[in-house]
Amino acid sequence: MNTHTQLATYNFAYLDEQTKRMIRRAILKAIAIPGYQVPFASREMPMPYGWGTGGVQVTASVLGPDDTLKVIDQGADDTTNAVSIRAFFQKVANVAVTTRTADATIIQTRHRIPEETLNEGQILVYQVPIPEPLRFLEPRETETRKMHALEEYGLMHVKLYEDIARNGHIATTYAYPVKVEGRYVMDPSPTPKFDNPKMHKSQALQLFGAGREKRIYAIPPYTDVISLDFEDHPFEVQSFEEPCALCAACDVYLDEVILDDLGGRMFVCSDTDHCEKRRADGHVGPLAGETAETAP
Amino acid sequence: MTAVQSNSASMFQGGFADPVFNAQLVFRQIMDALARPGRVAEFNGLANPPAPLSPTVASIAATLFDHDTNVWLDPALARNEQVAGWLTFNTSAPLTREPLDADFAILLDSGSLPLLESFSQGTQEYPDRSTTLILQIASLTGGRKLCLTGPGIRDVDNSAPNGLPDHFFDQWASNGLRFPRGVDVLLAAPDGVIGLPRTVKIALGES
Ligand SMILES: [Zn+2]
Repeated sequence: MNTHTQLATYNFAYLDEQTKRMIRRAILKAIAIPGYQVPFASREMPMPYGWGTGGVQVTASVLGPDDTLKVIDQGADDTTNAVSIRAFFQKVANVAVTTRTADATIIQTRHRIPEETLNEGQILVYQVPIPEPLRFLEPRETETRKMHALEEYGLMHVKLYEDIARNGHIATTYAYPVKVEGRYVMDPSPTPKFDNPKMHKSQALQLFGAGREKRIYAIPPYTDVISLDFEDHPFEVQSFEEPCALCAACDVYLDEVILDDLGGRMFVCSDTDHCEKRRADGHVGPLAGETAETAP
Repeated sequence: MTAVQSNSASMFQGGFADPVFNAQLVFRQIMDALARPGRVAEFNGLANPPAPLSPTVASIAATLFDHDTNVWLDPALARNEQVAGWLTFNTSAPLTREPLDADFAILLDSGSLPLLESFSQGTQEYPDRSTTLILQIASLTGGRKLCLTGPGIRDVDNSAPNGLPDHFFDQWASNGLRFPRGVDVLLAAPDGVIGLPRTVKIALGES
């Protein structure tokens, strides 16, 4: 209790209590209206907006001394952004941290949803740059509010259909729009559409924070999250031609890694924790031996 | 006379002993209650308010209320100077007599529950601007068996909170029809909290 009290004088988790209360109230309304963007009074954080200050504020308002935090950028725990945010919360909240998906109670992410299925009681916090899925179609906030209010999503379908007319398929691969619980069209943030199906009826609570745009939204557990599509062009995730070069996983999202300046390259799991776990479990990819020294 | 004196003292006592961590703990339980409707979220009376306000309701108030939130009290509570004074002193929340202006409402006497639509429903553009009702009830178990379905619930939840009047269920059905507008409810009993976000559908089980 003493350590707690000492930390409190430095503002546990950085934010003052009034700010936390305001964000907490916004989170509760976001949960009650799945996929709807709740405005909130975003605070300046000691990091640039591009670093996910919305996600950081949500995590700071939710986090407690008993939590274990994991932070990922792309699928990795060891990028500058992830390392910095993790270090920030270790300093201001003295919180336990982990890279293991299964051990985390809160996972803050930008770009990816972990490959390992999330469980009840886990919270996934997304750092969102642009929360409004209709922004590219309509720049005025008053108009997009009205479109959500009237459930007027025809333009979004037209945009996707133009993709099909131009490319023969829907070309959007990131931030692919979804409909939540049959009502709100929502931007899943810049995750690859590969991850969209993981949002559907997830056991975990999903919270989204956009700092610059001052929006919080949420998907409760066991909620329908359906990617927009057309009968003649159903939604499909990316598929990869070869398995992970290191752990041989074939149902995961892969990143291209350049091996040398002669054009050598390999495809490996974007989720580094998942890849390490599989290798520890004895799964061996085709390049596992050769690249042992250069592997991430 | 003695009772009055001890009551007037308690108006300024009984807040959170450890405001930062108690509020975090209670918030997580409330969030879990709304994210997983029907599941009982527990926290043992952290706040200790004057009766008849329960420690559960007082802990919710101490966690979520402040000078930015208008609070409506049911008529009996509003007449209780000790309770109104405790809330004002411990949360700084302004009290309102107008249910339409309320961010939060506390109701002890669920028998005289006003119509849910007399509270703020939010607007179609801003449905988040609606009242959250905190209903103090006898117990979260032992009542009529309910069938809850909706976001946050895997299949169906069979909670049986004790102390909800029959007309609540008709009102709740109407509340659901106003989606995305509508109120959200926290059922608060000595044994914890059950969250009823506006998305939850309630069917009556066998009585
Ligand atoms: Zn791998």
